[in-house]
Amino acid sequence: MNVFDIIGPVMIGPSSSHTAGALRLGKVAMKVLDGREPSEVTVELSGSFAKTYRGHGTDRALLAGIMGYKSNDEEIKDAFEIAKERGIDYRFISTEIPGTHPNTARITIKSKDGSVITVQGASIGGGNIRVDNINGLKVDFNGDHNTILILHQDRPGVIAEVTNLMREKFSDVNIGNFRLTRPVKGGHALMTIEIDAVPPEGMIEELRKLDYVLNVILIKSI
Amino acid sequence: MFYESIEEIVKAAEDADLRISEAVLRDQAAQMELSEEEVYLQMEENFDVMCESVRKGQAEGLRSTSGLTGPEGFLMALYAKGSGGLSGSFMTGVMARTLAVSCCNASMGKIVAAPTAGSCGILPGCLVSLYEEGKYSKKELVMAAFTAGAVGMVIASRATIAGSEGGCQAECGAAGAMAAAALAELGGGSPRQCADACSIVLACQMGLVCDPVAGLVEIPCIKRNVSGVMNAFAAADMVLAGIPAYIPADEAIDAMGEVGRDMPRQLRETSLGGLAATPTGEKLREKVFGKND
Repeated sequence: MNVFDIIGPVMIGPSSSHTAGALRLGKVAMKVLDGREPSEVTVELSGSFAKTYRGHGTDRALLAGIMGYKSNDEEIKDAFEIAKERGIDYRFISTEIPGTHPNTARITIKSKDGSVITVQGASIGGGNIRVDNINGLKVDFNGDHNTILILHQDRPGVIAEVTNLMREKFSDVNIGNFRLTRPVKGGHALMTIEIDAVPPEGMIEELRKLDYVLNVILIKSI
Repeated sequence: MFYESIEEIVKAAEDADLRISEAVLRDQAAQMELSEEEVYLQMEENFDVMCESVRKGQAEGLRSTSGLTGPEGFLMALYAKGSGGLSGSFMTGVMARTLAVSCCNASMGKIVAAPTAGSCGILPGCLVSLYEEGKYSKKELVMAAFTAGAVGMVIASRATIAGSEGGCQAECGAAGAMAAAALAELGGGSPRQCADACSIVLACQMGLVCDPVAGLVEIPCIKRNVSGVMNAFAAADMVLAGIPAYIPADEAIDAMGEVGRDMPRQLRETSLGGLAATPTGEKLREKVFGKND
């Protein structure tokens, strides 16, 4: 903690959990889009988010995050108008997503190229978030660190290939957290790797070239 | 410094023969591995955001996102500019600026959380008022924010600054205590007197619950920011008059934390008790969000 955690942050009101945290969840979705332009955004809101999102501007904050704005950008207030100008359709649905944190949002985005991504996460207080699910696969990270998501075929040796590549070609990279999830044996699996520094040039591309790696997404700390 | 006790900060300032703000700036620069000037400039930027939020929050026709509030800053500024009201033009001006920043927050404007968004009007209400009224230089006021910040760090570390954990005493109470220490320093008080001002505000806000109508940072939060500011000025003036706090600041902070832990959950930002649960509070919730279970 330093003095600017107390006299700060500079943020758009009114609530760190319902506005700033919501924006960060939107931003994770933007990173998963990986440069594709969204055309249709659907956000399902659960718990307290579902009941109070309008009054807190949670909807605008989510949309602003998806469009790449930061939590101190005054454009958040005009997110609906900006989305319309950019040709992005959006809708917000109040629902109940069972077994989730009270401030949970499930974001589904269809891109102009027809691809669809989903991100589910919660705003857990003070602007902090936890991402629970990406494209149907369970994850668990908070966006505070640079996070690499590697979707791959579940088979022996893939994890070693990834860590060997990091050690041999990008030896400065230090892994702070590693997690593997797989819904079924031998199907698709997901590595969530948090690293301390920004990944070096070319690392993500090299990872994508590995056998049995289906996709790699970098979520820079947000 | 560890910012785990006010006593530590007072001693550090006394030993170095510095104001608390100077000792904190020096320490923070060292901890952040930046120059004192860089850290000062970062605080100055935050101060500029505070000034801007005062201006925006006084605009005519401002409405909160929910539509429940909005004109408070404008109305009070208008009133302050007239006769100055019962409490005089300086204090009504302070109230106007405090309301303005909280209204700016509720209307999705840019604010500095100090320490939280819900209590963001209190520190600017004090510092920006003294700046705009020409009582202190910008440099002195930006420096005073370091004293406020140090007090806030200790409260966050010993107790809490979250309404969901400690009620409003943890948010507006903390902000008021921070502001009082800053004001006492500006008024020429010793580090010990700054600590006493902090203690007095916490004593006056002890037990204040967090009961936002419809869960929004508006009713009663916006007006509670004004009460935090009034407490801050009163406490600073009391210590500068030579009145001691009797209870040391660290003990007052611990008591606030204890009271927060003893507070029922209905009164800790759940909107299940206090003003939120009144018939009118319920009606206002329905007006914004419609009927639900």
